[in-house]
Amino acid sequence: MEPLLAIVIGILVALSVFLMLRRNLVRVVIGIVILSNAVNLLIFTLGRLDRGIPPLIASGEYVPSGAFANPLPQALVLTAIVIGFGLLSYALVLVYRAYTEVGTLNVDEMRVAEPPYKGEELPAGVIKGEDEA
Amino acid sequence: MSNIIIYPILIPILTASLALIAFKNRELQRWLSVIGSVATFIAGCVLLYVVYTEGIQVLQPGNWEAPFGISMVADLFSALMVCVTGLMAMTISIYSLGDMDKQRESFGFQPLFQILIFGVIGAFLTGDLFNLYVWFEVMLITSFVLLAIGNGKAQLDGAVKYVVINLLSSLIFLAGVGIMYGLTGTLNLAAMAQALQDTENTGLVITASMMFLVSFGIKSAVFPLFFWLPASYHTPPVTITAIFGALLTKVGVYSLVRVFTLLFTQDIGYTHTILLWISVPTMVVGVLGAASQYDVRKILSFHIVSQIGYMIMGLAFFTKIALAGVIYYILHNILAKTNLFLVAGIAQKLVGSFHLSRLGGLYKNYPLVSSLFAISAISLAGLPPLTGFWAKYTVIYAGLEVEQWVVIGFALAVGLMTMFSMTKIWMGAYWSPLPDTAPVVADKNFKPVAGAQLIALLLPTIIIAGFIVVLGIFGEPFYALLFEAADQLLDPSMYINAVLNP
Repeated sequence: MEPLLAIVIGILVALSVFLMLRRNLVRVVIGIVILSNAVNLLIFTLGRLDRGIPPLIASGEYVPSGAFANPLPQALVLTAIVIGFGLLSYALVLVYRAYTEVGTLNVDEMRVAEPPYKGEELPAGVIKGEDEA
Repeated sequence: MSNIIIYPILIPILTASLALIAFKNRELQRWLSVIGSVATFIAGCVLLYVVYTEGIQVLQPGNWEAPFGISMVADLFSALMVCVTGLMAMTISIYSLGDMDKQRESFGFQPLFQILIFGVIGAFLTGDLFNLYVWFEVMLITSFVLLAIGNGKAQLDGAVKYVVINLLSSLIFLAGVGIMYGLTGTLNLAAMAQALQDTENTGLVITASMMFLVSFGIKSAVFPLFFWLPASYHTPPVTITAIFGALLTKVGVYSLVRVFTLLFTQDIGYTHTILLWISVPTMVVGVLGAASQYDVRKILSFHIVSQIGYMIMGLAFFTKIALAGVIYYILHNILAKTNLFLVAGIAQKLVGSFHLSRLGGLYKNYPLVSSLFAISAISLAGLPPLTGFWAKYTVIYAGLEVEQWVVIGFALAVGLMTMFSMTKIWMGAYWSPLPDTAPVVADKNFKPVAGAQLIALLLPTIIIAGFIVVLGIFGEPFYALLFEAADQLLDPSMYINAVLNP
């Protein structure tokens, strides 16, 4: 089971790196979504995989008897999913707002916060900011 | 076991909740925020006093014994950071009374500010690696909103870069946490340090340590991962820039110091040499970037990067004096850099611009503002007798002891360049005559700030300047505190015993 999950995680990370290197901002955000899922799987795998032995305590006992699956990684992954969900929904809204304000999703063309220097040649299509000088 | 540790965390979140209840009442929100911040500062000072007199304080919330529950731990380093965070919360919340506009406050600036303080203090006090991730996220999500609040075009552009790179850094951190958990079977920092002492899998530990280095490196803006900082920090109002510059990068440095003194000390020759050699370009590139800029906020943003280099350098030397110097440097930098941002904001409110070509005449017309700038700038550049000199002196003295001549040479040269940068702002904004293009002359609608608003802006800068002067001139008792904090960092067994064997 572990080698299979390791390969899946590797593919997911490669895919997310590819997407994050694109110029389109929406693809970058999708790349981060995929990376966050890959990391969740990584934590899950590193917490050791045991199938069919739930960590349940029989009535009348205080500790589970025999071998049992580690419940902690699931709690961690759950927390990470919830946090990631909040952050990603914020990121999507931000990208949408930036698109409506700046008018582009191409990260190379977003130069409003860092306007070009005097005499600097810029490629066509760059959104120029207002320099104070 | 001590409950004192929870108050600096509880007070900001309580204040934020009350401010949210009073969402429609702007005046009430503002005063709640100021009162809450003063209370946070007092709680931080009490915590520092208790830690100093009674040793490391540990709280196991819910009575779950370590390593099964989440521990809150305050050693001297944490307590010092909490105390100075409280000071920053207090001064910046007063400053926001004069600086923050109605629109941003009605979008909830004050509760967000308190939640940011809550996240920062939580990150300083937690003794659990996954919990540290959660605090980081609390801090990040509020900083995202604070950076974008107000919806300026430039602000949204800066926020996009900041958000994307910080999401990436959090995920790398989370992957590192996962690897460390798989390796040691615990998330408690103390238990993890104990498990790592006799681990044989050093290769995997060092791999994980590099993930932490990259992740915290992005957050603390070290070379070559600093590009997001000068691209975004100058876009929001100066109150928000000041609180970011003061605290967010320092949380990254705090985490670096924590993991590279407590967890990753197996192969110092490898990990700390990497730290040493990223500190040099961080210092140099930061200060050169600052030299190329003419917007005061951008100059100061690049200086944040440059100063982070000194802290990483001290961590890399890894001696008692060096670590004491690192702690002093973090505290000094929080004070001096915040004050420079705040004074730049006052200058903008008086003359109308952040750009050196449109600033001028401040020395002639506003001597008090000029002297506040001069105190902070001299301190940042490292001239005696203010805090900057002692911080630099301590770190560089430690470097001389371990005979890192080249690195020390760079550090001294960068100090000189910092002086040049500060002189440039002084010449351009304070000594030069008021140019005709300055908004105060050219723009009929521009009115310089005055009255109660000016007092709200000046009071916090005077308080911080007072701390810079007092800590610089009467620094002797403070050094005893710093050396004890460095001792606790260098000897992890104190931390481990305080948590695991109370």
